[in-house]
Amino acid sequence: MNSATRDLFPGALEMMILESLRRQPAHGYALVQYIQQRSNNLLQVEEGSLYPALQRLLKSRLVKAEWGVSSTNRRVRTYEITTAGLRHLEQQISSFERMFAGIALVLKPGETPAS
Amino acid sequence: MSLISSIFGRRRLFDDLNEEMRLHIEERTEQLMREGMSQQEAERKARIAFGNPTLMEERSRVVWQWPTLESIAADVRLSQRQLRKSPGFTVAAVVTLALAIGANAVVFGIMDGLILRPLNVPQSESLYGTQYGDNPAWRSYPNYLDLRDRNRSFEDLAAFNFALGVAIDAGKDAVITNGFATTGNYFDVLQVHPYIGRFFHASDEHGHNSAPFIVLTYEYWHSRFHDDRSIVGRSVLLNKHPYTIIGVAPPGFQGTLMFLAPDFFMPIVNQDQLSSGYPTGRRDTAEIFETFGHLKPGVTLVQAMADVDSVGAYLEKTYPKEIAHHSTILGREGLSSFADGTRAFVSGLMLLSGLILLAACANLGSLFSARAADRSKEVALRLALGSSRKRILRQLLTEAALISLAGGTAGLAGSMALLRKLSVWQPIAGAPIHLPVSPDAKLYWFALSLALLSGFLFGIVPVRQVMRANPYEIVKAGSGARMGRRVTLRDVLLAVQIAICAVLVTSSLVAVRGLVRSLHSNFGFEPGNTMLAGVNLGTAGYSGDKVPAMQRRMIDALKTIDGVTAVGLVNAYPPLVYGAGTKVNVFKEDASDLKSANAAIMPYRYDISPGYFDAAGASLLAGRSLSWQDDKTAPAVAVINRDFAEKIFGSVTNAVGRLYRLQDGTHVQVVGVVENGKYQVLTEDQQPAMFLPFLQTPMSSAYLIARINPKTGRDPQQIAAAMRSKIRELDKGLPADIQTWSALLETVLFPSRVATMALGVLGMMGAMLSITGIFGMAAYSVSKRMRELGIRTALGAQPKEILQAALGRPLKLLVIGSAGGLALGILASRVLAYIVYQATPRDPLVLAGVVLAMLLLGLVATWIPAQRALSVNPLILLRED
Repeated sequence: MNSATRDLFPGALEMMILESLRRQPAHGYALVQYIQQRSNNLLQVEEGSLYPALQRLLKSRLVKAEWGVSSTNRRVRTYEITTAGLRHLEQQISSFERMFAGIALVLKPGETPAS
Repeated sequence: MSLISSIFGRRRLFDDLNEEMRLHIEERTEQLMREGMSQQEAERKARIAFGNPTLMEERSRVVWQWPTLESIAADVRLSQRQLRKSPGFTVAAVVTLALAIGANAVVFGIMDGLILRPLNVPQSESLYGTQYGDNPAWRSYPNYLDLRDRNRSFEDLAAFNFALGVAIDAGKDAVITNGFATTGNYFDVLQVHPYIGRFFHASDEHGHNSAPFIVLTYEYWHSRFHDDRSIVGRSVLLNKHPYTIIGVAPPGFQGTLMFLAPDFFMPIVNQDQLSSGYPTGRRDTAEIFETFGHLKPGVTLVQAMADVDSVGAYLEKTYPKEIAHHSTILGREGLSSFADGTRAFVSGLMLLSGLILLAACANLGSLFSARAADRSKEVALRLALGSSRKRILRQLLTEAALISLAGGTAGLAGSMALLRKLSVWQPIAGAPIHLPVSPDAKLYWFALSLALLSGFLFGIVPVRQVMRANPYEIVKAGSGARMGRRVTLRDVLLAVQIAICAVLVTSSLVAVRGLVRSLHSNFGFEPGNTMLAGVNLGTAGYSGDKVPAMQRRMIDALKTIDGVTAVGLVNAYPPLVYGAGTKVNVFKEDASDLKSANAAIMPYRYDISPGYFDAAGASLLAGRSLSWQDDKTAPAVAVINRDFAEKIFGSVTNAVGRLYRLQDGTHVQVVGVVENGKYQVLTEDQQPAMFLPFLQTPMSSAYLIARINPKTGRDPQQIAAAMRSKIRELDKGLPADIQTWSALLETVLFPSRVATMALGVLGMMGAMLSITGIFGMAAYSVSKRMRELGIRTALGAQPKEILQAALGRPLKLLVIGSAGGLALGILASRVLAYIVYQATPRDPLVLAGVVLAMLLLGLVATWIPAQRALSVNPLILLRED
């Protein structure tokens, strides 16, 4: 694991968590598994750093959490996205896409990005 | 989540989080074990993948904290624990800072009270006046009237003078009080209004002795008449003359001088009744202390001074005989002629207390940097465990701030207690002195910000150490690894601090020596074994020829007391009492134009009785003393001092029999020459003086001087009682103020006493600071080198060598610092010579004293570290690491 793969821009982790939770509620461990699988292990975040991010989301009421029992019969704390979270995610994604398009334009001036 | 639940639900929140993270690692471990790892390896892998759980927890906590407030609270709690763990450091730092803040707060309080704070009257910023002693032209009543009516700069001009030692008889018995005699417009010019009753006004004055009214100050009304409102309109006797109390001034109004708080105010036109000679209507007298008023809007100070000078020039032209006008300097009313002296004294104090603060900061700087070095292992460990440098610095600064607050609070409390004491202090018995130095909000802010400022200044010292710390190196090698031989910041700080302290110690020793010497110097008279009796015949209603007759009867009566060898009398005040002294113009015999500008010299003038020189213990150098034949019918004669004789007649032997002239034209013949002396203050240069027969110019206020033969064994109290009963036999209702001359010398010694006291206190603080400084350094250096000392002991080093190794450096710094400080102190002492009579640093006793004091300090400060160094047990030490 080198540092290049670990660096995320601020807010990226929160965005990925919200996106995962939009698909289905999950507990911390499952969220880490999901993000690593989906990114083909390209984004290898330190697993623990998920928790401060979850606390931030909890505080701004973008997600809510509840203790329960998982399908594998473990005691887990399951997170669920709120309506505010959904709205926030939409905004984040669209502003991220705009930013990404801009960066792409700068990096590859010859090509026009597909719109 | 609401605010309340976020506070109360906090614990559950973090319990949930911890549980969650624990479960996460557990789940990962199980997963890895399912993939075929051993439990041990799976647990390790799971932890690596998770990262530092403490750090994660901390970051999560940060999310919920009120960002700064709570982390500050956490820092404060941690710092408190840390400081409690090292009580030696904490106490040393707090005491050091408390001393420095206390000293500076006291000095600030004094400066604020005396210089910054204006007089307690409306619009005091435009209140300006002539200054006492500045210009003789403004000291006679007729001249004041001219200035009041002819100037174009002031709204109105008032004037005042002192009515000291007035007996107020309110029915029971007469009490001696001190008041101001003011012009009728005094209260109107000041724009103050009575608390009860009314004030007197210009319209109440209808000439000589026409306004028998007095106004009491609130404080005097409160203490003598117990807030009795019916006092207004009551008739009382002032020196046996009936006066009516017409009102009480508002609380806090204490006249127009900062230092003096009068008991009452009376119209100046009536002052002649109480003590003859006021105001005389003559232009060459001095019955006005100061005149003052509000400047008209738009008039600048410079314009006003030019205006006043033009009136002065007019008066000098019109009355050339009586008036010599010098250019006038107008000053803020309040401090008046004390302004320069007060400012000099306060700036001196500020300089010294600033030095204390500097020394304290140097001391704290080295304490803090030693502490940081001592804790480098701990800091390295925290860095290695993932703490950020910022966080560590913040914690160090929090410690500094805590110490600042503790030290600042302690210092402020001490200074407030001291200032309260000062404000009710009566340094000179019988003189209505009042120091307006009550602590206020400004003082709190000053002390607090000074404490925090110095706290951050020294707190910053170890920052570089922390920022450069390499955790790996330090944890591996231990903190002793970088113990260098080069000169460090700490060394410099300590040397500077010791130098400053040596300056303070030197100055205080110089001042103390000067004071001791000035007590034993030649005053031109012998104050020991003499009693003074201040008797103002005016208080008992004597006037005209009855005055000298009664005075002669008193002299004769006191002579009959057993143990009294000589009795004399002097009008007004004897030399060196209450800083009083009258100077007059003297002309050579052949002078034709007797204007003030042509005066040859201005000697002090004393009017004395025969026997004065015997009673005072002054020796005649030539000629004769004065006799009872030198009365009003005899030609004018005088005894002059050596300085007068040398300045006017060339020598002592030439002077006897020669003539000189007074301003009124009188030819005075010199009949004797007496030794030189001190007249007004101890620090004055040699001044000429003349002694005229009191019978030729009688005055109701005088001092009787009785010389006691110490061999009769009667103590001063017995003599005083005998004197009092003798005077009572002559007149039952005549109050007399009886004290020893030495006791009254207190007044002239007051400035040097205060300076010596202040310097003594500051010197002691300096000494304490150098003790803590050296102690800190020595203790640190010993604890740093315990291991080395242990090895040396194991290898057979003698105690002497151990001590040299352990304490050589602090002691070397002590010597360097002391030498530098001594040199600086000697330079600084030149300044002292202005305040303290005979303060000279070129005094072997002082030099030896400073060296001895610094050596003692070094010994005291290094005693405990030395004991520790000697008790090193190599076995235990070497096993430890």
